Amino acid sequence: MKSVIKGAGYILVHTPDMVLHNGTTQTTEMIVNPDGQYLKDLPSHIRTWEQVLEYWPNQVYIGNKHPDELAAVPQPWYNKPCDVKERYGHFGQMMPQQEFLLLMQACDVFDLVKLEQGFVDANRPALAANPIIDEGILGRIPEKQTSAEEIARLVAEEHSEGLYHLGQLVGCVNRAHDIDVNLSAHVMHENLVSKASSVMALLSAIKNAGIDKNEVEYVVDCAEEACGDMNQRGGGNFAKSAAEIAGLMHATGSDARGFCAAPAHAMIEAAALVASGAYKTVVVTAGGCTAKLGMNGKDHVKKGIPILEDMVGGFAVVVTQDDGVSPEINLNMLGRHSVGTGSAPQNVIGSLVAEPLERNGLKITDIDKYSPEMQNPDITKPAGAGDVPLSNYKMIAALAVKRGELERKQLASFTVQHGLTGWAPTQGHIPSGVPYIGFAREDIMAGKLHRVMIIGKGSLFLGRMTNLFDGVSFVIQTNSGAEEEKKTEEAAVSEQQVRGMIAEAMRDFAAALLAKAEE
Amino acid sequence: MDLENQKRVKEFAEQYGPENVVVLLGAAEGEASGLAAETVTNGDPTYAGPLTGVSLGLRVYHVCEPEVKEEFDPDVYDEQVSMMEMVLDVDDIINEMTSIREQYCKY
Repeated sequence: MKSVIKGAGYILVHTPDMVLHNGTTQTTEMIVNPDGQYLKDLPSHIRTWEQVLEYWPNQVYIGNKHPDELAAVPQPWYNKPCDVKERYGHFGQMMPQQEFLLLMQACDVFDLVKLEQGFVDANRPALAANPIIDEGILGRIPEKQTSAEEIARLVAEEHSEGLYHLGQLVGCVNRAHDIDVNLSAHVMHENLVSKASSVMALLSAIKNAGIDKNEVEYVVDCAEEACGDMNQRGGGNFAKSAAEIAGLMHATGSDARGFCAAPAHAMIEAAALVASGAYKTVVVTAGGCTAKLGMNGKDHVKKGIPILEDMVGGFAVVVTQDDGVSPEINLNMLGRHSVGTGSAPQNVIGSLVAEPLERNGLKITDIDKYSPEMQNPDITKPAGAGDVPLSNYKMIAALAVKRGELERKQLASFTVQHGLTGWAPTQGHIPSGVPYIGFAREDIMAGKLHRVMIIGKGSLFLGRMTNLFDGVSFVIQTNSGAEEEKKTEEAAVSEQQVRGMIAEAMRDFAAALLAKAEE
Repeated sequence: MDLENQKRVKEFAEQYGPENVVVLLGAAEGEASGLAAETVTNGDPTYAGPLTGVSLGLRVYHVCEPEVKEEFDPDVYDEQVSMMEMVLDVDDIINEMTSIREQYCKY
């Protein structure tokens, strides 16, 4: 049994106030340097909704522009408005903060999210008009909401985490326990944002895949948050929690964790679950991360550019049994960074890229496109972190040179031919290989590409449990059924050509015979 | 430089004496290498970590600098670093590192 990529969903949420109140760069600064210049300058660098709509990388993320089109736009991009300014794209959508705060409340099943009555009344119609939001979700938002005075009291006296819109306090997230820090208002806020953005991604992916919600049997969440209480801090389960709100009544699920490598791990697990026959349809999903909002804000402000890390990201991919046309995941071509691999970059790239290809008799140049860490360079370059995807392509190319599969003078052209320009928000797991799956599916089905490698890498040492690095890779390729059909068609064509040639020869022969008889 | 790493560098310098510590970097860019080198010599330029205002003046090199490369077994270097050497702008890194050492290194 083969497993195929049936569809993908990509969503962004514009969260300008969460940059200020929930991004760790900013919350740390509020503690260590509350009167510093950065916090004073920051508000004037926050983007408007109109600005995020016309931002090129955002339009690529939701599918309105192709990465190849982005590559043709000279960097930097923050000062070059995109000609497409739509909030909806064929992979998903961008959601404004005010709608998202209502969605967060819909995703809260413990009555922790409190919103101001007037704010809900003003924004409910907009959420109701959203094509992925149905009555089931809308009905979870209570008619009777909270007064502004009560919300202010909860934030001031009960440790509630404030919810702001355009600088105004419009709601709060209450703590779920009086003393357990794992259920504090701060953690509940972070987890509800992750859950709500995962719900958006799930609904978008299922819509794009054209499947019925009831077909989904299993969901794997691969975000980087943890939910649980003081007795089981990372107990879970984001996957099933999001599936419940999304209305996937026949699904269960579980959480896979591995820092930024988790999405690639989760994709391989989903493909294996389907290929083994354990489940027919598995969805891999992840919501975004509030802590990373404005992560490189200090550098952006210092360089006079807008705060570009103002979008919470999310993605979901639907993996199903073979439908004969969708691109398949080749489980015989998995790359993995093992405990014994070592941390030198050439060992890492060797294990993730060269080894699985060599095992299958292929060269590095046999993969049409690589999708490693697809961070948007508009964000990372001003922060001194360089162009992350480009660095990855250079390393892959350099390894190909070392292996004698590429000439040194082809290094630069390899990065263009086999590479992509990054467009994903720096939300850790969100840019990790997976942003390209939607485009890869379409480009493979259109016959433009044959093989694509998705690479996920993770910095495990951040958890202080190991100094090891991690990574896995997998290859998405043309459906072999579709390929067989193409070959049959080609064979049929050549058979017809042969017949034509024989017929022509026979005619010539007959004509020659006739001519001879007439002599 | 990561706050935790700053703390570790500071502790090592106290434990072994700053004259006995060499910091070896593997950063991917000149600018990032220079920032890390400045942190362990002149102090944290971002005023965020334990090395803020602490001028350790440590000896600091990038693994792609010729002085360091000479110290390696060539086979090990080929296996561990040569691929990155091909990718990095080594001249830019050498310039940044030399400039920081000339300004702030005490040993």
